[in-house]
Amino acid sequence: MSKYLLNKFLYTVDRDPELVERYRDEPGELVAWWEDERANTVLNCVTGESSTWLRFTDDERAALISHDHVKLFELGAHPFLTLTLFIAMFERDNTEPLQYQKAFGARLAHFDMPYPDIAT
Amino acid sequence: MASIVAVIASTHHPFYYRASTATGEDRPPFADEWTRKILAFRETLTRANPDVLVMVGSDHFHQLWLDNMPQFLVGKAPFYDANWYNEEREFGLPRMLLKGQEDLSAHILRAGLDDGFDLAFSNELRIDHSITCPIITLRPEADLPIVPIYTNIFAPPLPQPARFVKLGESIRRIVESWPSHLRVAVIGTGHLSLELGGPRQFGPHGPDPEFDRRAVEWIATGDLDSCLREVTLDSLHSPGNATHGFMDFMLMMGVAGAGAKADHVDTLDLFHTMEAYFTWYPNGAPA
Repeated sequence: MSKYLLNKFLYTVDRDPELVERYRDEPGELVAWWEDERANTVLNCVTGESSTWLRFTDDERAALISHDHVKLFELGAHPFLTLTLFIAMFERDNTEPLQYQKAFGARLAHFDMPYPDIAT
Repeated sequence: MASIVAVIASTHHPFYYRASTATGEDRPPFADEWTRKILAFRETLTRANPDVLVMVGSDHFHQLWLDNMPQFLVGKAPFYDANWYNEEREFGLPRMLLKGQEDLSAHILRAGLDDGFDLAFSNELRIDHSITCPIITLRPEADLPIVPIYTNIFAPPLPQPARFVKLGESIRRIVESWPSHLRVAVIGTGHLSLELGGPRQFGPHGPDPEFDRRAVEWIATGDLDSCLREVTLDSLHSPGNATHGFMDFMLMMGVAGAGAKADHVDTLDLFHTMEAYFTWYPNGAPA
């Protein structure tokens, strides 16, 4: 697993309004583009300093493309990052207050303590 | 030497700004009671008449990231831009500009290193809601210079709870040794039981009201012994997956001092979390 890269995806997309919309509308295109173009930029350096080895596992890539927040939780993605990004994409579809947030939690109801490890 | 005129600890609920400014049908039913409690809390700082605010908070993966994560970081900059796009988006928080107090930042960094804390520093922090929320609640004029201190309660491995308490005790000594005539308030924000991104999130109250009850009692009475006996990095998972923010409350108990009873204690049971507000006056309550 590459929990670090998974978190980096959630973190970088969440802080960029254009990427939030692209991830909502065309997740396959956005994940592929991000992994090719953005994933391995290291410490804000020039591209010559990019990582040569970081990449998603197939499970991680599939979970991101399918907007599968339950699988991301299982994989140990940081839950704060997943939650804020998914609220940004889907809260607008609510018909009542906190509807999306409560449904997000309900879909995780089968997880017992201890939750999946989020250490990277 | 500088004097600590108030020590203040609270939650940093990012919905307060939107709730308190909402009108008409948009105003939630709990907004009036929440606002009344905040105005009483604010008065505890106003009465202390501070010149400088030392502000302890936890970055929410805005400024600090897993490529280079500090455990404890002190801001040292002349100004701090504040709040982020995703906080505007989610909470309606306004952009802010806060003035820094670089002399006190430098003193805390030098004395903190000499006191055994390998503090990181930053000359270009952008502040997030763990520090802007107490500005909004306690000092909405945002007119006092600040020293931001960020802690890692978010990205394992975390420092032990006792380390947070010791840092609070150290901050108290260091601020009081600052060669200045200025009046300093130390303000820190944390969480009681809280779940974010997990199955227990956004319930009708915090995920563990019993933990909240005991935690408020520990803080209000300065019962650091019981708190340190019961709270561990492992135990903090039980009340909710974001409850490690409670260690910032423990840091503030360290600033206030073991056995120090808070002069102002208030709580508000809100959806998905218990709000809690504490103020200590180390030199006695102002007239």
